[in-house]
This record gives sequence, C-alpha cells and structure tokens, in this order.
Amino acid sequence: MNETAQPWPHGHAAHAAEKPVVAFRNVFIEFAAPVLADVSFSVAPGETRVLLGPAGVGKSVLLKLSNGLLRPDSGDIWLFGEEIARTPEEKLLPLRTRTGMVFQESALFDSLTIRDNVGYQLIAEHFPDEEIDRRVREVLSFVGLEQTFDLFPGSLSGGMRRRVAIARALIHDPELLLYDSPTGGLDPVTSSTIIELIMKQRDVRRTSSILVTHRLQDAFTLCTHCFDPDQGRMMPLPEGQADPGTTFLMLEEGRLIFDGSLHELVHSENPFVREFLE
Amino acid sequence: MAIPLIEKTAKNFVFTVQDFSIFAYQATMNLFRPPVYWTDFLMQSDIIGVGSTTIVLLSGFFTGGVLALQSAATLSAFGATGVTGRFVSLTMIRELGPVLTGIMVSGRNASSMASELGSMVVTEQIDAMRALGVDPIRRLVTPRLYACIAMLFFLTIIADFCGILGGAFVTKFMNNLNGTQYFSEAWEYLRASDITQGLVKPLFSGFIIATIGCFNGIRTTGGTEGVGRSTIQAVVWASILIIFVDFLLTQVMLTIFR
Repeated sequence: MNETAQPWPHGHAAHAAEKPVVAFRNVFIEFAAPVLADVSFSVAPGETRVLLGPAGVGKSVLLKLSNGLLRPDSGDIWLFGEEIARTPEEKLLPLRTRTGMVFQESALFDSLTIRDNVGYQLIAEHFPDEEIDRRVREVLSFVGLEQTFDLFPGSLSGGMRRRVAIARALIHDPELLLYDSPTGGLDPVTSSTIIELIMKQRDVRRTSSILVTHRLQDAFTLCTHCFDPDQGRMMPLPEGQADPGTTFLMLEEGRLIFDGSLHELVHSENPFVREFLE
Repeated sequence: MAIPLIEKTAKNFVFTVQDFSIFAYQATMNLFRPPVYWTDFLMQSDIIGVGSTTIVLLSGFFTGGVLALQSAATLSAFGATGVTGRFVSLTMIRELGPVLTGIMVSGRNASSMASELGSMVVTEQIDAMRALGVDPIRRLVTPRLYACIAMLFFLTIIADFCGILGGAFVTKFMNNLNGTQYFSEAWEYLRASDITQGLVKPLFSGFIIATIGCFNGIRTTGGTEGVGRSTIQAVVWASILIIFVDFLLTQVMLTIFR
C-alpha cells in the first residue's frame, strides 16, 4: 500500500498513528443515478464507526464497497492496507475471510442448518467436523442460541436469525465487522439484545467495525454504554462520558456531511444533522 | 427515435454475450483449479440425472412410439413397413434422443437453476457467500455445469433406448408387424458415426442448460418478479440454443462423416 497516498481525513488522536483497517478516498459510485459522491473516511484498528443517515442515502452501498462486494466508479478503497477498488475478485476472496458481514435481512442460507450456516466458512476450508462443531457451538453460545444448532433458518424468528447472522460473521474471528442495519425491523427488546452483542464484540475482542443504522437510539446506546464481562451485560458509562473508540459518520444524498465523536455530533451546527437528531 | 433504441438494444446484446462468455469460461476453467466441490457435483448429478430419469424415460418411449406409428403409416404406401426399426433407431439416436432430452432437461433444470440462484441473489445469499470468501461461480455453477454435461450424456442413452423400445411396442402390438425384424433393422443399419453424432450433442446441450440457467439466475434483479423473469428467460434461451446448436452440429457431423 502507498502509505503517503493513504487518506486519513478525520482521524482520532487515539488511533491516528495506527494503520487504518479500512480507508476510502474520494469514492464515487452511481447506478441509475449517483449514489455516493466524494466519500473519504477511515476506520482505525479497534474503532467502531456508526454510519447514520435516512433510508436510501447509500449506507448499505458504502458497506458493500468496504469489502469489495461492489466496486466504485472512481476513487480508492483500502482494506487491511490493500487497494481493493480494482483488485480482481479471486484476490479479494481471501481478504474477505478476514472480515465478517451481517446483512440487513440476515441472508442465511435457507437450505442449510444453523450449524452449516454458521460454520460455512470453516466447511469451505475443509476443517475437521469436530472442530467445526466445537467452534459453531462456541460462537452460538456467544449469541445465546446454542439450542438452534440443528434447526433450519426458516424455523427461527427475525431476531434469532439476525443473531445467527452475527454468529456466522464471528466464526472466523474477523478483524473487521460490517453490520448492515442489524436492528432494522426488530422490536426494542430484541434490538437491545443485538446492540449488546455488538458492544460485547467491540469491548471484549476489540474488533473494528462499521455499523449502519438509522436508529439513533441504538447508536447512542452503543456510545454511552460498555460491556461488563464480569456481569455479562452492558452497563452505562458515567454521565457525560462516551466510548472514545465509537465515532459517527453521516450521509446526506450520497455525501459524507459529518465525521466525528458523539460530542461533536450532538453539538453540530449542520442543519441536516440537527434535523436528523431532532 | 428508432435508431437510439436499436443502438441501445444492440449494445445490451453485445454486453450480455460478453458477460456470458466470461461467466461460462470461468465456470468451465474452475474444474482445473482447486478447490473443486466434488460433493456438490455428486448432489447435482443426483438432482439432474436421477431426478430427470422419469421424464426422459417417458418422453423417449412415447416419441419412439409416435415415430413408429407415423413412419409405418407412410412406409406402408411403398410396402416398406419392414424398415420401421431402422427409421426409428436412426432418428432417435441421431436427432430426437439428444434434442428431446435436452429440451426436457432444460424445462426441468435450467428453470430450477435460474430460480434457485435468482432467489439467492434477491435474498443476498450470493453476496453473503462472497462476503464469506467463497466464490459463488466455483461453488454453485461449476458443479452444476459438469453434473449437467455428464448426466445429459447418460440421459440421452436412456432416451434412445426407451425410444427404440417404444417403437418396438407400437410395431409389435399396434401395427402387428414382426418384432424381430424391427430389432434386426434397428441394429443392422446403425453405424458408429450415428452413435457418435448422437452422443456428442448432449455434451453441448448439457453445457447450454447449465450455463444459461445459472447465468440468468445469477443476473437476477427486481425481487421475486425478477426471479420469475429469469426462469422464463433461462428456459426459452436454453431451448432455442439447444435446437440451434443441434442444427450446427448436425451440419458439421454430416460433413465429417460423409
């Protein structure tokens, strides 16, 4: 990777010296109409970036660009230090095994059991069956769904499917997690469970992540709480404090209009940000 | 007004052919680079081969029967009903066996491949597979392609055999002609070149069914309605191409074996 050419447009002090896990520089993409225009940002190791914005502004597209599922029309994208915007698909596949992605509608393979869904990557890499079973049970236990091991996705509720999708994303111990509206369409209790899982991954394993959401409540909970491994649940941070590794991005009509901390977000003068928050 | 429309249609057609060529090349060449998913190949062979046996068996039998009925009616005018066996076996082995099997399997399997892969596209399962570092062409298309080619070869042999049996049944029990003479004629005039012609064609048909079915499936857009559209296109294009390629191959084979 060309270190000098690499963007670091809005770095944070704690991470500024570290090599970013993901970096975008002047990324443009259009389908029938422009979707993203001149987007630049980066994600440092251990950092959680919450991508906010109303429906249809290109949040999911941005997420799919991050691991090369989509290619930009122009601009550069680096993943783990490798330029991926023009890399052939076969060279991207091994790079993607270092990431985990949770899709908006879970995208579980409906003809496979939960065991085979969660262990899909391990099966593809010809791990021994005992090893697959052990790791699938371990990661299902992490999301609290050990009992679903032999079931099919069709017999699970929406929230359970979303948790299985998180388990599938975690099985290979990824260095980057991409969450596409993981709480979209779920009830508040289930949403809270999902956010707790994301927080657990952030605070226990320090995995870098990009979280797409249009639910402010989820974003703020993630920022103002931390996971307590001793108590096994999330705990609020002291009044006025926020997780320093959790920062925000906001898109408006394909343009990145905000990149900063929770404090900067709530005190932003940008009329779109104000309108979104209110 | 018409010129831009023609230009757009022509460009779309050229791009589609280009995409299809790259897709078919990748699917074919994946066999020669690991990983190769042999378990998926066997599963697809079971779905395509064993699953299609009944329709191929029945369609072959009745086609042979119809051929015997029609040919006997015509040949009787020349007092040549004795050559019914030769007519049925040559027609089945050289032409109708491969083409009918191709079209029957295309109706059953090109549609199922397009709808299965199309559903996976619209529910983001293909993207999920790519995100997990697995190549969907290698995992889903290549096993279907080689299973389809291998199974169509054997299904065509079954169709040919059942067609000749159907012709024999009609000749013996409906036309009240000599069954032994039927089989004797069917066997005696059969040449290696006829069998070669008949067994090369299903290899091409198998390739067409799998690549067209999977290509349409993997390019699905527009939700569940798009899945339906892809399924129709897969069957229509696969059937047309099977007949067109059969025409070309027949011309080539006739030149070679003249």
